[in-house]
Amino acid sequence: MNEASRFAVGIDLGTTNSVVGYVDLQADAEHPAQAILPLPQLTQPGVVENRSQLPSFLYLPHETEVAPHELVLPWGESRNGVVGVIARQLGSKTPLRLVASAKSWLCHGGVDRRSGFLPLNAPEDLAKVSPLQASAAYLAHLKAAWNHQFPEHPLEQQDVTLTVPASFDPAARDLTVEAARLVGLQQLTLLEEPQAALYSWVKASGDDWRKQVNVGDVILVVDVGGGTTDLSLIAVTEEEGNLQLNRIAVGDHILLGGDNMDLALAYRLKAKLEAEGKALQAWQIQALTHSCRDAKEALLTDPDTLSVPIVVPSRGSKLLGATLRTELTREEVEQTLVDGFFPQVQIHEHPRQALRTALAQLGLPYASDAGITRHLAAFLCRQAEATVDMFGQPQASFIKPTAVLFNGGVLKAPLLARRLMGVINQWLQQAGAEPARLLEGADLDLAVANGAAYYGYVRKGHGVRIRGGIANAYYVGIESEMPAVPGMEPPLQALCVAPFGMEEGSATEPSAAEFGLVVGEPVQFRFFGSNVRRGDTAGVLLEDWEPTELEELPPIQATLPVENRRPGEVVPVRLAARVTELGTLCLEAIPRNSDQRWRVEFDVRNA
Amino acid sequence: MNVDFTALPATLDILHLTLGALSLLLIVLLLLKGKPRQLPISPAPVQVAEPSKPVQAPAQPALKTHSPDAALQLLSLLQQEARFIDFLNEDLKGFSDAEIGAVARVVHEGGKKTLQQYFTLAPVRSEDEETRITLPEGFNAAEVRVTGNVVGQPPFTGTLVHRGWRVTNVNLPKLADGHDARILVPAEVEL
Repeated sequence: MNEASRFAVGIDLGTTNSVVGYVDLQADAEHPAQAILPLPQLTQPGVVENRSQLPSFLYLPHETEVAPHELVLPWGESRNGVVGVIARQLGSKTPLRLVASAKSWLCHGGVDRRSGFLPLNAPEDLAKVSPLQASAAYLAHLKAAWNHQFPEHPLEQQDVTLTVPASFDPAARDLTVEAARLVGLQQLTLLEEPQAALYSWVKASGDDWRKQVNVGDVILVVDVGGGTTDLSLIAVTEEEGNLQLNRIAVGDHILLGGDNMDLALAYRLKAKLEAEGKALQAWQIQALTHSCRDAKEALLTDPDTLSVPIVVPSRGSKLLGATLRTELTREEVEQTLVDGFFPQVQIHEHPRQALRTALAQLGLPYASDAGITRHLAAFLCRQAEATVDMFGQPQASFIKPTAVLFNGGVLKAPLLARRLMGVINQWLQQAGAEPARLLEGADLDLAVANGAAYYGYVRKGHGVRIRGGIANAYYVGIESEMPAVPGMEPPLQALCVAPFGMEEGSATEPSAAEFGLVVGEPVQFRFFGSNVRRGDTAGVLLEDWEPTELEELPPIQATLPVENRRPGEVVPVRLAARVTELGTLCLEAIPRNSDQRWRVEFDVRNA
Repeated sequence: MNVDFTALPATLDILHLTLGALSLLLIVLLLLKGKPRQLPISPAPVQVAEPSKPVQAPAQPALKTHSPDAALQLLSLLQQEARFIDFLNEDLKGFSDAEIGAVARVVHEGGKKTLQQYFTLAPVRSEDEETRITLPEGFNAAEVRVTGNVVGQPPFTGTLVHRGWRVTNVNLPKLADGHDARILVPAEVEL
């Protein structure tokens, strides 16, 4: 915390939209004023507008495409591409120059996230960018917008809270921090998005939140954004007479969100039009997707609307006679979205395919099962034991949330929110539990940025803080020394290097086990995470485990520099972990008889 | 054009609605033309342009009191969101009301979006139309137009025929220096 920081700033660096919220720390300390930063951005060449959201898209225009003076922002010309509404607009017609979903690439371990490979299908002559650079480009725009509005209080000198999905692995968190450092942000803290949503709810409820939750409550946060679905569980406990919030579990990273839904509707209408003998071109499907987004909202909001006409105007200046017309009915929306994405399933029905099956694939690992309720059922079953430490009583086959908080634009639709609540409550009812309450009162689009800004204020010692620490235990794989058996992998042991729930600023003792590092050569380790093994302490060596308990992450890598050593020499090192103040995990290799510590890299090139 | 006004009531409603919206937009256009841009009616939205880079074109010769940029800008927004120019330039002859109705939806939806995004509108009078209201002495003649039996001195009592519209806030996008506002929408060439 810095004395010079006038504002607590929260940045929601989203997959499809980014938002900046802030709290004035020098104003009323009891009831801090909160605001969303207007974000000037190009909406088309030569036109600048303020929006509350910056679409997280980067467009790399051709040199002849737009004149430089048409790309002027209030703080100067855009260099190396444009971001925001204009990027999405231009990119919708020229996708090969559009970088999208950089955030999803940031947590994709199968690629080198520092190398320029986006846009994926770009022509050779285009200077491609890395997911890291794209994220930095969005942050640079947000920073410029801030500094333009508050020249006296540059963002570099404010306390900034940057949100990440709860399911981000250590490497993705490190890269997010690196992107922020690239644009000069130093006073930085990371916060998980579902936690930010809960902070926003706490802030919006004022003192009333203590009345709305009780000791023993388990709050399920369901965040369905444009591109991803993120799940978290938060338990309410009591300490010295005060309510405490504890984040006890997070879900897997699920690449499934509102954009998939719009696309699903568009393809449904495409099929309908083709059945009428009308063939559609690519640009018409694009326009169809766009119209479906608005029509979907109308149908999901107003129960009396039975159908919404969808019109795709011609591309040319002749409108009449060339316009495609169809309609989207309530039944189609219910079948495609409500039953397709939120099917009424039983608690034991889980996604058909495990996530992150092939690490090496090129392309984003989109969820192959669109049933969000199935992913949710799997999460609740997997976390059945999550509250045993807190409340003692073991849950039966799944953890039973007592309250639900929604976040993300998709769940603004009452029909979807109702269905999701209905499915959860059906599970609870069948298990003989009370129905869960819906915690209301947050703006689902802006909650994360608002909550992140409020968190900066909470860190100054006001209000309640959600405790959590890291939501996974981490393990390094050790191949046991056993004669190789043809056709069989050598048995693997897993050494716990960072236990579940390690809090910011804490560290583990160096492990007893030692690893041989070859001086001057990078050595890779297999790396695992578990979001269910809560009891393992640092140094525990696992001989065997259930396949579902440990998830293999991309390998990590340590390199001992040559200084004062002979290249090729094997030096025994021990491993220790610490969680930094800003919320990232740091693994270090410590050579025997030495105080030196060498950082173990999570993001390994050419993995 | 031969329109049977007894047939196709639903389509005609849409058409009327749209035409009504169009005339409203034209009024707004006129309003804009008649007044300097960036009406300082309410607390100004956050300034986007740097002071050193004026958004407006340099002052025109004395004969021209107002730059047409704001009007052109609005036309451009209406064309892009609502296909306004395309629609008005269509010859409606030979097309059925159903076909025109389908296109009218594009114009209506896009026009409404544009209106909501860039203008905050409020009725001048909050009373219900077709009710009797009284205008006090010294009422603002720019806000309320009295018609019909206009004799004697206020207070006047009469029937509110139309509530009127007032723009309470204008939030038009800023234009880059050197941006040619006369290009309402560029030609598009797919390579």
